[in-house]
Amino acid sequence: MDAIVVEDLHKRYGDVQALDGVSFSVAEGEVFGLLGPNGAGKTTTVKVLATLTKPDSGRAEVVFHDVVREPNAVRRTIGYVPQSSGVDREATGRENLMLQGRIQGMKGKRLGERVDELLDALGLADAADRVVRGYSGGMKRRLDVGLGLVHRPRVVFLDEPTTGLDPEARAAMWEELGALAQREALTILLTTHYLEEADHLAGRIAIVSRGAVVVEGTPNELKRSLEGDAVTVELVDGKVDDASDVVTALEGVRDVRTEGRFLRSRVESGARAIPQILSALERSGIAVEAVDSHRPSLDDVYLHYTGREFRAEDEAAA
Amino acid sequence: MIEAARDTWFMVGRQARNLMREPIWIALLVIQPLVWLTLYGQLFKRVTHLPGGGFGTASYITFLAPAIVVMNAFFGGTWSGMAMITDLDRDVIPRFLATPVSRVALVASQLVRSALISVIQALIILVIALALGVRIDSGLRGWLVILASAGLVSAAFAGLSQGIALLTRKEATMIALANFIGLPLLFLSSTLISIKQIPHWMQVAARYSPVNWGVDAAREVVLPGTDWGSVGTHLGLLLGLTIVMGALATWTFRLYQRTL
Repeated sequence: MDAIVVEDLHKRYGDVQALDGVSFSVAEGEVFGLLGPNGAGKTTTVKVLATLTKPDSGRAEVVFHDVVREPNAVRRTIGYVPQSSGVDREATGRENLMLQGRIQGMKGKRLGERVDELLDALGLADAADRVVRGYSGGMKRRLDVGLGLVHRPRVVFLDEPTTGLDPEARAAMWEELGALAQREALTILLTTHYLEEADHLAGRIAIVSRGAVVVEGTPNELKRSLEGDAVTVELVDGKVDDASDVVTALEGVRDVRTEGRFLRSRVESGARAIPQILSALERSGIAVEAVDSHRPSLDDVYLHYTGREFRAEDEAAA
Repeated sequence: MIEAARDTWFMVGRQARNLMREPIWIALLVIQPLVWLTLYGQLFKRVTHLPGGGFGTASYITFLAPAIVVMNAFFGGTWSGMAMITDLDRDVIPRFLATPVSRVALVASQLVRSALISVIQALIILVIALALGVRIDSGLRGWLVILASAGLVSAAFAGLSQGIALLTRKEATMIALANFIGLPLLFLSSTLISIKQIPHWMQVAARYSPVNWGVDAAREVVLPGTDWGSVGTHLGLLLGLTIVMGALATWTFRLYQRTL
């Protein structure tokens, strides 16, 4: 059964086409990652699903409820953890959770027990009665997750759950999210611009670029779809175009791209291709600074399907 | 409807609890009206003896006390949008919007909070005024009228303030506008001085000033010979204005939602 269905969503903000035909579906119990740089349309997609904004066209359903026609049914079903923390900083962690539960229609002992349970699970029990203003970034983010889970939603949207956290807090968050997803049998839609995060948490990934899904599959499927190894050559000076011609002419070397002083290509086997590439470049008098070969990563998948370096587009968008 | 009332209650509870954590805020809640009362009371003490009169009492503090209650409520309401701006800045509102919480409650709770604070301050001012020798001529009914004036003036201007907050969504703009509205409306009224003592054009302007409606109603019950018809009219006008301003705030909230 599909817990989330998104079909051909379009949304425009002024001159910006934020969504340009996004479509995907998420099965019940699945952790699905929307991967892409800032400005790709991930957050807008989640806002549509969380009923915060209406699409210009297209259809979105959460557990059979249409987000435009039955927003309140959707709101009761979902937990939403926004990109920027929405905690009340002047209230305690417990007060934040209690209020969130109340406006979701919970009360009494059931609510109190649920709040205690979440505070424990998120490692916030000791800080529960302290005002949030004094929390660390990681604690605040865990409380955000708790706010999304109080009412035992079936579907949870995590918008950039670890952005802004240090690596240690990020790893801890991954662990907690993984455990919670298991224990509460959650369907999770995760957006991230960290490739490792998608690789680590998501069972299936859709790469989003310029408001549409470019490719979709499990992390391994996506990596396997790129046969062979990625080879990157860093040149000493700027003769990338000459170098590109030389390398393209070699047999068994595909997908040659240039980027600054870097020359990227795809080969059957890095170990066998690198000596050939290096000697060909040397014969043409092109000096090499460094060379690197690795198994395909999601970074390569991203590059392959969008034609753009992941981080480069990220910076351009930011 | 029941859900809207319940959610409003939760939201007011949240705001009240957060405020109670600020010791300075609680101190100001009490001290500020006291400062108004004693400062203005001393400054203008002798104006009741001006030729032309119109004060209805020889005791300036008796003339002033009910007006200070309303002025305080007016300022409280005018500035109440700051809380909305803080919530918008911190993304608390979008988090609420992804829940089934009543949209009306998110706006109404701001008006209710503002009115409640003003009513509490009104009680404090009145108790201090009693200690300073002010007597409320019409007794308990008079107290209720003063509290109602304070609550309504506060809620009405809170509605306007929420509207401004939701349209501008910027602290600096909000502060500029609150100042721009605050002082002119205060002086275009009989808050500090009898209406008979101010220029004719200001008298005309004051007739349309909601601040003056509140001052008139509250003062009428303090001074002897209360005109209950006038009290009723002014309270009615304030109630109408509160509803209009509440609707304005709700409308601007919808505009804000469209920007998400």
